Amino acid sequence: MATLSTDLPGTAGKPWSRTRVLTVLLVTAFALILAKAAGILPEWLNRIPEAAIPPTAQVLDAIFSFIQNDLGLIYVTRFIAEGPLEFLLDTSANLLEGKRRWPFLGPIPWSAIAAVAAVIGYAVGGWRLAALGAGTFIWTAAIGQWKIAMQTMSVIVVAAPLAFLLGLGLGIAAWKYGWFERMLKPILSVLQTLPFFTYLLPAVIFFKVGPTAGAVATITFAIPPMILMTTLGLKKVSPEVIEAGQMSGCTRWQMLRHVYVPAARTEILVGVNQVIMLCLAMVVLTAFIGMPGLGAKLLAMMGSFKLGRSFEIGITIVLLAVTLDRMSKAWVVKQPVHFERGTPWWKRHQISLVALGLFVGFILLSQLFPILAEIGRKQHLSQGKEIDVVIKSFLAVDIIKGTTEWLRWFLNVKVLIPFRNTLLAIPTPAFILLVVAFAYWVGGRRPGIYAAIFFTIVAFSGWWDRSVITLYTVISAVALATLIGIPLGVVAARSAYWSKSILLACDTAQTFPSFIYLIPAIMLFGVNDVAVVFSILIFAAVPLIRYTIIGLGSVPSEMTEAADMAGSTRHQKLMSVQFPLALPTMAVGFNQAIMFAFFMVIIAAFIGTQDLGQELQRTLAGTELGKNFVLGLNVSLMALTFDMAISSWAEKRKRALGLD
Amino acid sequence: MSAAAPVISAKNVWKLFGPSPESYLKSLPEGRSFDEIRADGYIAGVKDVSIEVGRGEMLVIMGLSGSGKSTLVRCFSRLHDITGGTIEVDGQDVMSLSERELIELRRKKMGMVFQSFGLLPHRTVLENVAFPLEMRGQDRHDRRERALEVIKLVGLEGREEYFPRELSGGQQQRVGIARSLAIEPDIWFLDEPFSALDPLIRREMQDEFLRLQELLGKTIVFITHDFDEALRLADRIAIMRNGAVEQCDTPDKIVMNPATEYVAKFTEDIDKARVVHARGLAKPVNGHALEGAPIDGGATIHELARVLVNDNRILLPVADDQGVVTGVLERDAALNVLLGAD
Repeated sequence: MATLSTDLPGTAGKPWSRTRVLTVLLVTAFALILAKAAGILPEWLNRIPEAAIPPTAQVLDAIFSFIQNDLGLIYVTRFIAEGPLEFLLDTSANLLEGKRRWPFLGPIPWSAIAAVAAVIGYAVGGWRLAALGAGTFIWTAAIGQWKIAMQTMSVIVVAAPLAFLLGLGLGIAAWKYGWFERMLKPILSVLQTLPFFTYLLPAVIFFKVGPTAGAVATITFAIPPMILMTTLGLKKVSPEVIEAGQMSGCTRWQMLRHVYVPAARTEILVGVNQVIMLCLAMVVLTAFIGMPGLGAKLLAMMGSFKLGRSFEIGITIVLLAVTLDRMSKAWVVKQPVHFERGTPWWKRHQISLVALGLFVGFILLSQLFPILAEIGRKQHLSQGKEIDVVIKSFLAVDIIKGTTEWLRWFLNVKVLIPFRNTLLAIPTPAFILLVVAFAYWVGGRRPGIYAAIFFTIVAFSGWWDRSVITLYTVISAVALATLIGIPLGVVAARSAYWSKSILLACDTAQTFPSFIYLIPAIMLFGVNDVAVVFSILIFAAVPLIRYTIIGLGSVPSEMTEAADMAGSTRHQKLMSVQFPLALPTMAVGFNQAIMFAFFMVIIAAFIGTQDLGQELQRTLAGTELGKNFVLGLNVSLMALTFDMAISSWAEKRKRALGLD
Repeated sequence: MSAAAPVISAKNVWKLFGPSPESYLKSLPEGRSFDEIRADGYIAGVKDVSIEVGRGEMLVIMGLSGSGKSTLVRCFSRLHDITGGTIEVDGQDVMSLSERELIELRRKKMGMVFQSFGLLPHRTVLENVAFPLEMRGQDRHDRRERALEVIKLVGLEGREEYFPRELSGGQQQRVGIARSLAIEPDIWFLDEPFSALDPLIRREMQDEFLRLQELLGKTIVFITHDFDEALRLADRIAIMRNGAVEQCDTPDKIVMNPATEYVAKFTEDIDKARVVHARGLAKPVNGHALEGAPIDGGATIHELARVLVNDNRILLPVADDQGVVTGVLERDAALNVLLGAD
């Protein structure tokens, strides 16, 4: 059994050895499967009978409606939505896109924003980031997407700071009070695996349709990593710095304000980076609840198969993502630099002054040259139709068409459909037993028990077949991603140059909102299962490649040198030194790939699937909170099962190897 | 050695780490050893320590890592709450202080220097040094003035606007020292202040530290794991092991009469002639007939080597720094120390 040497010392000597547990689980599962094949399995053992399924969704609906109407929560949330939140959103919408609301100043000319972005880029990261900042906004304006891009940005500039503040506050509370952290931890891990559609519907119901609901969903989605990073940073403050603060006679508030928070600056800023990126990813997705902006436009364009325009919008989103990511990351590593004594005031604030000067300057200039304020319909440089023609004719080239069509046929007919049918044919209890066996084999007893509980809940949710289809898509995509990603990572890890470039590419790709991955999938394969798997595959391959390179790169050089001196070949070195040591890190990548796949499979519902995502997307049109929640929870529980098993394995393995 | 009223007075201090230290301490039988306590699931960070520090005295606490020296000092300033016994600072029981009073005590009377400096990375040298002053609410102008003064004292003029990461280790520790002195504390705690520095810089900083102490005359508790450093700086040395004080005495006496085998191991390789002073080796005058010029009691035997070899008196009078004869040194005994023949 122990092919990957997962057996750790200390598990022997228990009344039930691992092998015995596994044998019992597997034998029972196969007995059930054989019974079904022989036709002697009673139907109630094949699928849970309808009658036995509890009306969870209805009960939840009743609870929600009680909280919403009888407890009057909806008045509170509606008040927040229509009061302060809407005010903030209206203000930012006025300034950025010129919505007719207070303060009636906007829209700010695009040239002024591009100039300020350039100065900020210069301040945090020099000329390259200045060029990136300016370039992104110039592109957006020139391509004629300024207004929709600003609709997206106007939500981000409100949601990101709010998510930051809430995350910081909750993070501090979790760090300060152990019980609060213990309470928060499981909620956070569920929140992080909950499909985003599940954030959307409650947001719509409680905070009314439109930007407010979008902002609320975005904020909720972006808070968890901020909380985690804050707590992590505060816990990492060196004890001597803390004692130095105490010995300086700090009160509790002074400790927090002057010692802890500034000393945790790096982690908190990493949290800020994540908040910004998640906000962008989520804002794009709020297109599904009808939020205008880049996401909505992309959705519309893809829906009508206008590949050229989709492509352009995709580039805008990617550019925005890269700019926001690079700038906030540059801010993380930026250290304050001192000024010599006696530096005059204007020199100390040179950069702010330049930014202000350019901002005002471009506003004035745009009064003279309207093109600097707004690029009109006739003036923009969009080549949507032309690109469309190019892409379509490129795809129509015989070789390419032949390849994609063959791939589509092969994957569909030979791999995906048979695999799906096999999974669907397995009786529910046998399926659960197999998953439990996997979790137990990989992670040990606790993950095994959780797997049993979680999958039983899924079985009784009434959405078993759709859950299995979701799982099938995830497994197929991750398996394919592994086949491609790991060899690619291994090859890249051989040279420092390739490691660096591929890592950079992966890091960049990870900043793209997941939506972007649908574009090439639809382009190449059209609208079908293969496109779904393909979009998940590229999304999930990124962490696999990344962690393979990192894992192999972090093998201590003494060990590879020792292998070299022992006269091992490249292959021997890889198999018996590098892989075993890199495996725990690679497992983290594998885990992330699965989490990403669960995330993406829901979005891929847009292409057209028959899984939970499809049902979830359908609920968005209505008010079935209970059903939405049950579906979301199913996804979350399945994802958590894998997460627990694999991370538990990686942790144990790391400890056993003395890494960390 | 200690003056009439000690500045810090610790009596039977215990600091236990574990699940419920207080009740465990109550049920603890007399004379249980460190290892036995550990077998019970507790770590005796400080084990029944009684010690006093006199005004203006420099007490060096010496011990290897894990011996409890840092823990003991943190008990003095109540960075740790003790499990048993009492600690009085200027006659005040520190355990009875409220949070407010404790903050006041630290703001007015205590300064501390840390091994890895404990500087706030986001503040300049000036802001770091002024930090304790800012915390106690001094106005901007005052604290700037005072901070510049101490920065000058530690020789960092011209670096006021630097950030800690732009300084070398030695310079960072000067900032740490300046910060601890900013509030003009009566009691100065130094927790292995020079251990993180390389040997040459360490030597330089020790000299600098002695210069400062000559200037300021503070009550000092200095922690080190370096026996040479302890001998060099201390008025008295307390040697700790497993949370307990093995011996607490002047350097001369520790070198000449180590109380336990453990202490003796440290003194073995020490060139005693460089440590022992004439007055430390001298016996009371009572009745001896003394003749000739007295020797300086504050000089080490090593410094007196030439005199000891050339002089042929059997007994040498020893004088204090006022020139008053305070004792008598047997030349033979001194030569034995000099030659390393005990």
